[in-house]
Amino acid sequence: MPEILIISGKGGTGKTSITGALAHLAKNKIICDLDVDAPDLHLLLAPQAIQVHDFYSGNEAIIDPELCTYCGLCQEKCRFEAIIEDGEAYRVDPLKCEGCKLCVSLCPAEAIAFPQRHCGTWQVSDTRMGPMVHAQLFPGQENSGRLVALLRQHARELAQEKGYELILSDGPPGIGCPVISSMSGTDLAVLVTEPTPSGRHDLERVLELCRHFKVPAGVIINKCDINAEQSRSLADYCAREGLELFAELPFDPAMVQAMVRGQVITEYQKDGLAGELARAWEKIMQTAERKKAA
Amino acid sequence: MILAVASGKGGTGKTTVSASLASVWPTPVIAVDLDVEEPNLHLFLRPEIQGSEKAYMEVPLADEDKCTACGACSDICQFKAISLLGDVLITFPEMCHGCGACLEVCPAGALTPDRRELGEVSWGQAGKMGFFMGRLRVGEAMSPPLMRFVRAKAAKLATASAADMIVDCPPGVSCPAVNAVMDADVILLVTEPTPFGLYDFRLAHEAFAPMNKPMAAVINRAGLGDDEVQRYCRRHDLPILAEIPYDREVAQAYSQGQIVAQATPALKVAFEDLAAQVRCVGPNSPCEAAHA
Repeated sequence: MPEILIISGKGGTGKTSITGALAHLAKNKIICDLDVDAPDLHLLLAPQAIQVHDFYSGNEAIIDPELCTYCGLCQEKCRFEAIIEDGEAYRVDPLKCEGCKLCVSLCPAEAIAFPQRHCGTWQVSDTRMGPMVHAQLFPGQENSGRLVALLRQHARELAQEKGYELILSDGPPGIGCPVISSMSGTDLAVLVTEPTPSGRHDLERVLELCRHFKVPAGVIINKCDINAEQSRSLADYCAREGLELFAELPFDPAMVQAMVRGQVITEYQKDGLAGELARAWEKIMQTAERKKAA
Repeated sequence: MILAVASGKGGTGKTTVSASLASVWPTPVIAVDLDVEEPNLHLFLRPEIQGSEKAYMEVPLADEDKCTACGACSDICQFKAISLLGDVLITFPEMCHGCGACLEVCPAGALTPDRRELGEVSWGQAGKMGFFMGRLRVGEAMSPPLMRFVRAKAAKLATASAADMIVDCPPGVSCPAVNAVMDADVILLVTEPTPFGLYDFRLAHEAFAPMNKPMAAVINRAGLGDDEVQRYCRRHDLPILAEIPYDREVAQAYSQGQIVAQATPALKVAFEDLAAQVRCVGPNSPCEAAHA
C-alpha cells in the first residue's frame, strides 16, 4: 500500500488542483488533506462527514485573577512574552503561550490553571472519489505536526481495515513542522513547482528536506509555458539531480474554471491538461510501486 | 508604521505585493521577509547583503555526573524533549521549544544551556531600502523563534532610522502567520478571486479580525475566477484597496524575477496609489493633515 504525498515548498503552485485530479484518476485509495492550516481539497471533493472529532493538543496557562498575588514571577520567567500586565493582575496571551508549564510550576500562589488546548477538528468523510481524512485547525493554533501525524495514522488504519491500496495526500506548504510530519516514511513525494524564481528556490529547499528524511521525490512543473526558459532550466535541474519529471503542464484557465464549478480538471475536460495528468499519474504510480518494493 | 502583508493561502501574491509596495514607498522603508520557511522576497528586491548571523535557540545539555535521576525535568517538559530512561537522562534537542522549564526546576544543577541552530538572519540594502530576512535551516521544524529573532533585529533598525516596515508574512493562519502580524499597525490581505482564495481569505479575516487592527484586501489575478471574494469584502466592510488584473504579461514579469510594480507604468501607478491608501490607514497618517 504505497503512500504518495503532493508538496511544493511554495504555496500556490497548484498542489491541490493536481491532487484533486490524481484522486479522480487513482483507484481504490484513501485521500488525505494534510494542509490542516488552510485546507482546500474539500472545496473540490465536497466531502460528507461520517465522523467528526475534536483535536486537543498541549495545554495553555490561564491565570485566576482571584488567586493571583501580582508577584510577577511568571512574567519574569516566561520566555515567550506571553504574560501581560493587565491593570492590577496578570493574564496570559493565548496566542503567545506555548503551553510549557513553567509559570504553572513556579507560581507561589498556585493561581495558574493548565487546561488542555482545543486546537481544531478532524474528520473522516465520504466523497464521490472515495473516503477522505481531513482537518481544520482553529486560527492562531500551533500548526501542528501532531494533527498531521494523527490524520496519517488514521488513514493507514482505515486503509488496512478496508483493504484500500493507496494513500494519496495533499501536503502543507513550507518546510516546517507540518511538512516534516507529512513526509516521514512516505513512499514518494511529488514536488509541484513553477518556472519562477520563487518556485525554483522553494523546490530546492523542499528537495533538500526530502533527502534529509530519505523520501524519494519526483517533479511536476506546472504553468510551464509562463517562462519556457525557466522551465527548461528546471527540467535540466531535475535531470542533474536524478529526479523523475512526471509532467510539464501548461497554464490553463480551465483549472480555475473547474474549481469554480467544484470539479477537478479531469472531470471538467477530457483532453488537454486532463490527458497530461492521466499520463503523469501512470508514471507516478509506477514509480511509487517501484520505490515501495525497493 | 508596520505593514503586514498576509494571506491565508500560499501563492496569492504576498511577495509580489510586498516587493512592489516597498519599491514605490515614498518615505524610508525596510522590507522584512518573515516567511522563513520559504523566503522569496530577496529574489525580487535583490538586496546587497551586508551581513548575516546564525540564530540559535537555547536547549538543555545534561551532565550525567550531576544528574540524580529525580525526573523533575522530564516531568515538567511538555514537548518530550527530555526523558529519563531508567536512571539515564536523554535529551532530544530538536523537540525542545526553549522554554527553560527544565533548567529552572533541576535541583542538582545537572542541566546547562546548550543551543540549537534555527537558521540565519541576513540584512542589507536594496537601493534606498533596508532589507531583512530569515532563512530556516532545512530540517528545523519551528519557525516562530527564528521569526521573533528577525523581527526584533529589523524593528531595532526601523526605530533607529524612523523607517516604516513592510513585512512579507508566511501563508496560513496558524501560529507562524499570527506571530507575523501581531505587531503590525495595518494588515493587508492578499487574495485571488477563486474558491480556494476565498476559503483561505475568510479564515485569515476571521483569524486577524479579533486583533482589531485596520485591515484591507488586495485582489491579485482579478478576472481569473469569480467575484465571490469581492462580495465577501463588501458584506464585511473590508476595503479592497487594489485589484491587480490577471495578465500573462504580469505573470511573465514575475517569472523573470521582476518587481511587478516596475513592469508596466500602469502597475506602478496602481502600487503608488495602494501605498498612499495604506499610509492613510496607518498611524501618523499623512492624510490626517490633509483632512484637517
